[in-house]
Amino acid sequence: MRVVIAEDLALLRDGITRLLQAFDFEVVAAVDNGPALLPALIEQRPDVAVVDVRLPPTFTDEGLQAAIQARVQVPGLPILVLSQHVEQLYARELLADRRGAIGYLLKDRVSNVTQFVDAVRRVAAGGTVMDPEVIGQLLAKNAGVQPLHALTAREREVLGLMAEGRSNAAIASRLFVTEKAISKHINGIFSKLGMPPSDDDNRRVLAVLTYLNA
Amino acid sequence: MDSSPAQWLRQLRPWLRRRLVDGGQALLLAVLSTSANIVLLVLSLLALVFTVLGVGVFAFPAVTLAVRDLANLNRRLATRWSGEEIPVPYRPEPAGSGIWAHYRWVITDPATWRDLLWLLVSIPVGLVLGLLPLCLLAYGLEGLIGVPVLLWSLDIWYGYGATWPIDNVFEAVLAVPQGGLVLFLGGLLGQRVQHLHAGFIRALLAPTPRETLNQRVRRLTETRSDAMDAQAAELRRIERDLHDGAQARLVALSMNIGLAEALMDRDPETAQRLMAEAREASGEALGELRDLVRGIHPPVLAERGLDGAVRALALKLPLSIEVDVELPGRPQAPVESAAYFAVAELLANVAKHSHAEHAWVRLGHSEGRLVVVVADSGLGGADPAAGGGLQGIERRLAAFDGTMSVASPPGGPTTVTMELPCELSSPKTSPYFETG
Repeated sequence: MRVVIAEDLALLRDGITRLLQAFDFEVVAAVDNGPALLPALIEQRPDVAVVDVRLPPTFTDEGLQAAIQARVQVPGLPILVLSQHVEQLYARELLADRRGAIGYLLKDRVSNVTQFVDAVRRVAAGGTVMDPEVIGQLLAKNAGVQPLHALTAREREVLGLMAEGRSNAAIASRLFVTEKAISKHINGIFSKLGMPPSDDDNRRVLAVLTYLNA
Repeated sequence: MDSSPAQWLRQLRPWLRRRLVDGGQALLLAVLSTSANIVLLVLSLLALVFTVLGVGVFAFPAVTLAVRDLANLNRRLATRWSGEEIPVPYRPEPAGSGIWAHYRWVITDPATWRDLLWLLVSIPVGLVLGLLPLCLLAYGLEGLIGVPVLLWSLDIWYGYGATWPIDNVFEAVLAVPQGGLVLFLGGLLGQRVQHLHAGFIRALLAPTPRETLNQRVRRLTETRSDAMDAQAAELRRIERDLHDGAQARLVALSMNIGLAEALMDRDPETAQRLMAEAREASGEALGELRDLVRGIHPPVLAERGLDGAVRALALKLPLSIEVDVELPGRPQAPVESAAYFAVAELLANVAKHSHAEHAWVRLGHSEGRLVVVVADSGLGGADPAAGGGLQGIERRLAAFDGTMSVASPPGGPTTVTMELPCELSSPKTSPYFETG
């Protein structure tokens, strides 16, 4: 799988490169600044890109802007955005095209290597991956709102994991229950929230995130 | 335009009514300046004289405070009538409550002596300014409606204006245009009298340039010491957070890693558990550092400026917040940061205390000032005088010469308006992605 990496700190850039190579990714470009990123994304057309939000020369949100621009030119180009901090504002901008194949994670998550690689693969496969902190903020913001308020604690937990972009199997193993139990919870959630049930994981994430007004 | 006499008279009535209101206000000045001014002037002089006997030491400050109340009333009247703010020149009351300290405070303030001068001069000036318009109006009306004509026809010895006494019918009728002229002059003076009074008040009761500078220096000293206190407290907080938080966690982390390293061969299972713990600890340390950074300077503020940072803030709070930004550029970083933290604290208050469902934030820039309005539809009753958060915000804004005003009647809504003098940098040139 071909990857483009954008990260300005050499230590982290090399670390992520080494990490992905260890899991059989082919790093076709590793750039360290904003202006070089957009051409790299457009020319290389990688299977997935891992992009830091803050890049030189302005050290603002150049990586995010480049990611969004690239997806305007190449719709659905899979990009996983990493940052030292997560903002709902940015999540909303990344999700705005509703095409999936997008991820937004705290840099800390890299430390859990298997989960991180799994997230990269899911984004490459067209999935949506949202950081638990983004989802936590969304759930906290909507906690008092009906009918979300009517969900049981377990259902809310499942909803959160669903919004992060996890599959039924992943949710089941995380909560130490069977997949069958999870799909029962999910049916319950969808009927309580009045959402049409969907078996397609990718569409399901977007539906849940839209519901949470992300 | 119809210039028939009937039409002319119809226009005259509202004009006359307005002039009478002017005259009434002027009359109030005359009454004030003859009654209160004379009484207080006499009391002040007596108190001064009795200083020799010791009584004045108590009496003079008391009388002076009364004089200041009267002067402030005149300042307020002048401000209301002329629309121009007249600042108060007095020095702040000394902290100690000693009698001598009080006495020294009033006796050394030049404004005290200027007040006394004003008390004196204001008596004739107030009398003239106050009575002349009404007298002219009355005299003019008398001539205009033909009183001299009536008196002449009744054969009573009388005169009007330039003709004393009135000898024939021509001279009697001449009183009518004369009356009109006098009425007009009276009205004109009545219209001007408020501005004349404001000018007089400004000349004697506004702070002198020297006192204005003194006030400015006092304010700067005060806000600078507040700002330095706040900064020191902030640094202490950051030091404590780092010391007890991230730093302690990193110590534990390196300890775990070292132990795992030592156990790697002998007890690989424990080593693995320690490594997992170490990873968890590193995550927690990163989380704490993130919170700390957010408190120092939120990354989104650095990345998106005030506009994006306030929008990001609004998205996080559990109520609907409308954000409306009209900033053609970015304020300087310290102002931006101060404005952001003020908005953050106000919105946190709204979410916590107001029970509001909606809130609004408006950011704009006009006349060299960043204007920030935070409003909510909640319960109201917020009072900056009660201390706490609002007062803290006000103090922090003061370091930038910023001001805050709060309108929060019981039952709401609450509107907090903050103004910070600042220049905007040139508009941002980087492409900006609008959310849909």
